[in-house]
Amino acid sequence: MNKEPVARSRPPFAAPRTDLTDGEWHRLHPATPLLRGGIFMVAIIGFIIANLRERLIDLFIGEENYGGDPIDTIYERGATGWALLIIAGVLLVILVVFYLSWRTHTFRVTGEIVDVRSGLVFRSNRKARLDRVQGVNLTRPLIPRLFGAARLEITVAGQDGNVQLAYLGSKLADDLRRDILHLASGLRQAKQQAAAPAAPVDQAPVDQAPAIDGVPAAHSALSDFASARFHEFRAPELDPDAALPHSVVRIPLRRLIGSVVLSGFTVFLLLAGIGLVISVVAGSSGWVLVAVLPGLIGSVGYYFSRITKTLRFSIAGTPDGVRVGYGLLSTSSQTLPPGRIHAIEVSQPILWRRFGWWKISINTAGQASGRSSTAVTGTTLLPVGTLADVEKVLQLALPGFDTDTHRALIENGMLGGRKRNAGVADFYSNAPARAVWLRPFSWWRTGWAVSGSVALIRRGVLSRDLILVPLARMQGVRISQGAIRRRLRLASAALHTVSGPVTASLSVIDVDEALVLFEWMSTGAVRSALADTSHHWSRTTPPTQKASE
Amino acid sequence: MLDRELNPCAGQQAEPTPASSARLELAGTGEWKRVSPKYVVVEIVGTVVNAVVVCGGATLLWLLLEQTWAMWVGIVVLAVSIINLVFEPRRVRSIGYLLRADDLLFRRGILFQRFVAVPYGRMQLIDITRGPVARWLGLADLKFVTAAASAGVSIPGLAEADAESLRDRLVELAESRRAGL
Repeated sequence: MNKEPVARSRPPFAAPRTDLTDGEWHRLHPATPLLRGGIFMVAIIGFIIANLRERLIDLFIGEENYGGDPIDTIYERGATGWALLIIAGVLLVILVVFYLSWRTHTFRVTGEIVDVRSGLVFRSNRKARLDRVQGVNLTRPLIPRLFGAARLEITVAGQDGNVQLAYLGSKLADDLRRDILHLASGLRQAKQQAAAPAAPVDQAPVDQAPAIDGVPAAHSALSDFASARFHEFRAPELDPDAALPHSVVRIPLRRLIGSVVLSGFTVFLLLAGIGLVISVVAGSSGWVLVAVLPGLIGSVGYYFSRITKTLRFSIAGTPDGVRVGYGLLSTSSQTLPPGRIHAIEVSQPILWRRFGWWKISINTAGQASGRSSTAVTGTTLLPVGTLADVEKVLQLALPGFDTDTHRALIENGMLGGRKRNAGVADFYSNAPARAVWLRPFSWWRTGWAVSGSVALIRRGVLSRDLILVPLARMQGVRISQGAIRRRLRLASAALHTVSGPVTASLSVIDVDEALVLFEWMSTGAVRSALADTSHHWSRTTPPTQKASE
Repeated sequence: MLDRELNPCAGQQAEPTPASSARLELAGTGEWKRVSPKYVVVEIVGTVVNAVVVCGGATLLWLLLEQTWAMWVGIVVLAVSIINLVFEPRRVRSIGYLLRADDLLFRRGILFQRFVAVPYGRMQLIDITRGPVARWLGLADLKFVTAAASAGVSIPGLAEADAESLRDRLVELAESRRAGL
């Protein structure tokens, strides 16, 4: 079915890099409707097969069946011609609808916005401002990936504000991502002007906009197509500036599997298993087993999906931000421009302590849409890593936070505490000893610090946490005190950030310290926001007017 | 009476709190703006309605279905509501806000104290809402919404004109200090 649009596509562009950012309307990959409606189609085919299964059995095994089959009925009534006509009509309608929806689904990229419009009956139009871009995700789900297509998603702040370009040719999506990030960075490349005359159909009106195809050319031989697919499959990160993104972290397979196995879920599973054994030994009937067994099988799937999702993890610094890649079969790569990270948490669950593993989660304003599993990977900057890995990732996430003092702060925040290095300067302002009444185990690790424009919170002893909040991104600060804390001359504090897996709160802090913290954070937030220019991160001089409103 | 000593906002500038105070007390912030005293009525009505609904439900359960525990629930709710009512005026007086040079300060609570500072530049929108009782009294609630899930500062019980002028002032301040997200 997708043959027909492919045949219509034009030869590839001479200068594909910047063709799409000329402000004209462009189309998506011709196979888009098929890929988007893929699941629906599979369901229809499944339905038909289920209806015809007796006939199929009959065909292959040759046993007599006893009617009730729609095809039999049609045949007996002599309506075969009509039935074929109806089927052909339905197919035609589907084809036309697919074609029209592909024709009407267009997008354009200008210097300020990415604009997508789609829909046959209900037209929808969606724009994302480039200076408000929170991240650019390039996803290749398995089936579109086989077709050489990819989904480009521009995340903006808010629950449902993302702009999706699904699907684009694989190579094209890479280039477009680069161009969008360049435009967003405020770095308008001269290449665009240079390439514009070379492109053949730039001034084409909307209805003749060139088809966007990542397929090298329609007339290329099948072997070319296959080998191109194969190369893309092997190297999912086809970045034009190839040398640059070089992952700073490598996760060995054993560590990855270990980290997934040594999780709270496993503990839960073990407890459930023990409970099950006890209940069977105690002589309860088999229904418990029947009830629990599907859950156990499901948990295997959970482990499997966790591992395949984190396989081939890579994180690298590019001029346009941190790039995080994931996935074995379906790959996804997320680019976070500088200053889009609102809070960072470095944590170590107790089961990981023996191995010295850590993980890093972040809060970002834009959440990638999709299933919850993708949301989880979207907020993880490091699934599992050593101390050295954490340091490298933090350097990417917080550029300029890498002097010796900062490194000591981070290390102290992860490993240190008031008790352990009593003699050594700890840098953190710690909770007083009387906090032991409220936090009997973790009081000595509870503390905070501010360095430059980053606030650090250290807490937790079962799961050691270090939270870093760039003050320029902080939304507010709160200190509070209840009756019990008042008796102990304590208070609690929280830094408000956008929602996400990280909550930057400090449960015990000395009263006077709390007031100091309040003052520091509130003035720091204002000061660092004024100095912040990351909405157009490539401009060297701070813009004279704020946010080009 | 006790009020002036217990309620830290009543006259705090007169005697600067010593460093040894166990309470949270911001020093040198200037005069806190109070919400309208009429807001007490809104709170009282809310508490009473709540108590009546819960106690009524509990009584029904107790008398009709002979659930004795419901009686105890009702008694506890009633007691808590009465204590709440007694403290209501002081609690309302503890609500205060302050427009500093670059951020909005908000405070509330006596037993459970809370201070929040939100820079003007982080404003996403301002919401003004009026409940039925508040409308009858000519009051409005103003909510300062940021991108954070929880950082919204909500100032209840402002006179309607005050709420509107405060909104305009805050929008103006936010415009001049606009920051990216």
